[in-house]
Amino acid sequence: MKRQLTEHQKYLDKLKKDKAIVIFFRIAILVIFLAVWELLADLKVIDSFLFSSPSRVLVTLFNLHSSGELYSHIFTTIFETLAGFFIASILGVLIAVVLWWSEKLRKIFEPYIVVLNSLPKIALGPMIIIWFGAGMKAIIFMAVIITVIVTIINMLSGFIETDENKILLLKSMGATKSQIFLKLVLPSALPTMISTLKINVGMSWIGSIMGEYLVSKRGLGYLIVYGGQVFKLDLVMASTVVLCVLAAIMYLVVSIVERTLIKWK
Amino acid sequence: MNKILTLENVTLSYQTKTSETKAVSNLNFSVSEGEFVAMIGPSGCGKTSILSLIAGLIKPSSGKITMFGSEVIEPSKRTGYMLQKDHLFPWRNIENNVFLPLEIKKNKTEENLAYSKGLIEKYGLREFSKYYPKQLSGGMRQRVALIRTLSQKPDILLLDEPFSALDYQTRLSVCDDVYKIIKSEKKTAILVTHDISEAISLADTVLVLSKRPATILDSCEMDIDKSLTPLKRREHPAFSKWFEKLWKELNL
Repeated sequence: MKRQLTEHQKYLDKLKKDKAIVIFFRIAILVIFLAVWELLADLKVIDSFLFSSPSRVLVTLFNLHSSGELYSHIFTTIFETLAGFFIASILGVLIAVVLWWSEKLRKIFEPYIVVLNSLPKIALGPMIIIWFGAGMKAIIFMAVIITVIVTIINMLSGFIETDENKILLLKSMGATKSQIFLKLVLPSALPTMISTLKINVGMSWIGSIMGEYLVSKRGLGYLIVYGGQVFKLDLVMASTVVLCVLAAIMYLVVSIVERTLIKWK
Repeated sequence: MNKILTLENVTLSYQTKTSETKAVSNLNFSVSEGEFVAMIGPSGCGKTSILSLIAGLIKPSSGKITMFGSEVIEPSKRTGYMLQKDHLFPWRNIENNVFLPLEIKKNKTEENLAYSKGLIEKYGLREFSKYYPKQLSGGMRQRVALIRTLSQKPDILLLDEPFSALDYQTRLSVCDDVYKIIKSEKKTAILVTHDISEAISLADTVLVLSKRPATILDSCEMDIDKSLTPLKRREHPAFSKWFEKLWKELNL
């Protein structure tokens, strides 16, 4: 018994060690990258005017922070992204439900969805600006159309994949169509829904930043475009770093939602 | 004994783009209360269609199915369907899987819940009632599936090859298990299978079906001691006699 315990202990130790190695290298890569970048810039191997440097990025971030400007840009972009994310996710799921419900509607709309999916949504940019004006509405709309089509396609295929035999089982119990949907189709598509939400995090960021590239006076996308135009690469890099952090946080939130929702796995 | 289910001249055809397929042709048989009927036939002969007809999931093209004196036109709570796999919902724990039919029928009364909990306890699953299906073995899951079917208090159980997804060892023991439960709950059962020995070891009457379109070739009363468990029946001298006879009839 004691021997077994030590075997198990060894195994656990090995797991711990493996995890530590992974975490160590994750951090090491970042640190080395930043150090090399800083070093190359300091030694003038790369032109820090064009490539910026970690220290310059930090200084830029600090300046943006002390002027208070940083937060208004961050909040603008987060608001647009979250609005796009929620509107598109809810709308997309609802449309997918309707299309699951009626096979006829599904067949009718199939070619439209396929075409809309392949269309680069940025092509609609000029029209969106004309329709919604050069403001936040246009940007949110951009985020929504980029995200909603993917949501519809993913969720619909998640709904359709429901096990036919389980549907048969519910029918034999006398279940109505709405019971089949609520008791079986929706819960079995929950993993699909979570993975769709994860994709949507990325999609709505693309939408809001792309929207800000087209029209905006505020936001991280605006900072990036502005920084590029006036050759302030420090600003571009600093905004990109902030974007990375924000996207990671949003992804983390979805992962936590996933863990609380899908306990049975 | 009194006949609770009768099929008269039942015929079923499927329509496809290219043709009309006859799945069942001129089916006539009846089932008495408490009887265990097994239907055997070559695979793809329309056995499952017959169960779907009795369950009221599909309507016959012609003919009439009568259950407890009234015609079957839609799924009724007097029948309980059990499929090849357990089809437990992985996101529901055992107890909530068993309650599913009650939820569907909006019948979750104190009394019915107590009855279902009683079944869970009686058949040795009480300590697992908060477990998720993934944590149970295949045999146990199939037992849960049976209890789920029983929770709506059906009079007739429709069993569509309920053991075929299990490995041989488990299959024999689950077969005994299910038989015992069905007998102790005094239910009528109709089993569909392609396994001749399973049919002989479980049934009072074995119906032999023809190739598609399915019709009844023979109806055999099993004369094996009814007090024996399915596993013991396999050792009975009459078992091999029946096996040989049914084997020949199936391969005609």
